[in-house]
Amino acid sequence: MTHFKLVWAGLWRKPVRTVFTVLSIAIAFLLFGLLQGVNAWFSGLIADAHADRLIVVSRVGQVEPLPIAHLQRIEQLPGIRRAAQVGAFSGVYQSRGNDVLVFATNPEAVFDIYPEWRTSPDQLRALAATRTGALVGDVLMKAYGWKVGDRIPLTTSVVKQDGSTDWSLDIVGTYSVTGAEAQANRILINYAYFDEARQFDKGRVFAFIVSIDDPDRSAAMCATIDALFSNSSDETLTQDEAEYAQAQLRQIGDISAMVNAIVGAVLFTLLFLTGNTMMQSVRERIPELAVLKAIGFSDGMVTALVLVESVLLCMVAATLGLAVAAAVFPVTESLGIGGGALPASVIALGLAIALALALVSGLPPARRVQRMTIVDALAGR
Amino acid sequence: MAAVVSLKNVTKYYTRGTQRVGVLHDLSLDIEQGEFIAVMGPSGSGKTTLLNLVAGIDRPDEGEIVVAGECISSYSSRQLARWRASHVGFIFQFYNLMPLLTADQNVELPLLLANLTKAQRAAHVRAALQLVGLADRSSHKPAELSGGQQQRVAIARALVADPTLLVCDEPTGDLDRQMAEQILGLLQIVNRDHGKTVIMVTHDPKAAERATRQLHLDKGQLVDAGARAAA
Repeated sequence: MTHFKLVWAGLWRKPVRTVFTVLSIAIAFLLFGLLQGVNAWFSGLIADAHADRLIVVSRVGQVEPLPIAHLQRIEQLPGIRRAAQVGAFSGVYQSRGNDVLVFATNPEAVFDIYPEWRTSPDQLRALAATRTGALVGDVLMKAYGWKVGDRIPLTTSVVKQDGSTDWSLDIVGTYSVTGAEAQANRILINYAYFDEARQFDKGRVFAFIVSIDDPDRSAAMCATIDALFSNSSDETLTQDEAEYAQAQLRQIGDISAMVNAIVGAVLFTLLFLTGNTMMQSVRERIPELAVLKAIGFSDGMVTALVLVESVLLCMVAATLGLAVAAAVFPVTESLGIGGGALPASVIALGLAIALALALVSGLPPARRVQRMTIVDALAGR
Repeated sequence: MAAVVSLKNVTKYYTRGTQRVGVLHDLSLDIEQGEFIAVMGPSGSGKTTLLNLVAGIDRPDEGEIVVAGECISSYSSRQLARWRASHVGFIFQFYNLMPLLTADQNVELPLLLANLTKAQRAAHVRAALQLVGLADRSSHKPAELSGGQQQRVAIARALVADPTLLVCDEPTGDLDRQMAEQILGLLQIVNRDHGKTVIMVTHDPKAAERATRQLHLDKGQLVDAGARAAA
């Protein structure tokens, strides 16, 4: 018999209520873990962005393609280290839900601009030598069980010369992304093949990716590129990676504010739920707690028992919810809004909030127990 | 024989709304070591209040209470809690056991406050349960025990820390006659064979007959100092 056993017994006095309370808290922290995880993932995108990499898109809008001729003019600007065109389309592998993103580009330039993207020179050469070749990210290879040498059919919205929208690609190699493994979730193909095979929008691309010599001059370089095409029929909007990522996020909305609002509302509700449960639990045990006081437990000890009970309830439930969130979080990758492991900072924040929740919701019943007189409690007053 | 409990000019009021109601009036009383006291009187006469004051779970408004040489009426709440842990064993009318703890865990509760090893605590619990004849029901929860058995567990809990006083508030009030007799017999054994001072509040004259002295309270005052009976 220990003090812990006493707390545990109090917790399980009404098992059904305790189980439902634990489930409520666990689900709230599951939601917290997933939403904050996605939020952290978005923040990570911005934090990981490189100032020496620029994205050039149409000033009219991202869906408006730019002429491939822009590439040569960008490359000729002083301060530009490397540039590559990107034609992008999405395809469906076998059935709906199996969406993959295909980048038609100059793969050799891409791996130069993104040194954290890794492949072998042999595979890069194989891609250059294979018209319909594709380099596939490790994540996709694993997700669909593909292997090098496979021919993968994709259903797309891009019409080919023969009128078909089905594209068949030959996997000639794979790539990974160092430090952000989850980002290896795309297919790279030869732009030349893509542009030749498609029926519409020939010679036009979705964006250009640009590497510059001096990251401190990224703002100036963005302005220089945009000035180059100003007053043309295809004006550009050039941003560094961080700005570009933020602009993308703004299109969805203020993710952080949305997440904080939802999580805040959930936790606020939870505060009342937990507080009410603890209050009810203590109210039912007033005579028992009075007996503890009578046999010599001090006011402080009985108060501590109630607080520890609240902490135990919240921490166990929150740990459960966060554990499920950690297990489920990698699945968000398939939705394109997360992936990888749930950040430790999110788990730590969750546990800290659970502790605060426990103390705040446990305080009113604890204070009641502290102040109750044995005589009144035993007399049922 | 020296008084183990001494009340001098004790007065106690309760406030009900705006009214201040006197419960005990200038009450003085000595209880000697090893006595078995039955406190009787009509409802509202102050029996339970007297018991609460002697047990240190309530404080007098006036007067002085000395138990085992300690003036508990001047103690702080924390001092009183510590004092109760080592000097008072409680037995309530409705047993007041922890429903989710087994009999031995309930009995062990007061020992959590003592500086004892797990093995020492277990030995004390075993001895207390043996004394009340429930050693074989140690792993049973209160709901699995009869009323009389629950009260015996409560007596074991009251005795386990070897207190100076045993205070009993209507210990047989919730039991049938046969069970009540068993409990009263047990209290007599505790008093007679183990030398414990027992103070019992009761409405039941038959229960009071088991005591060595009866005190009668009426309107907060002792109306009969109580003749010592041959138990």
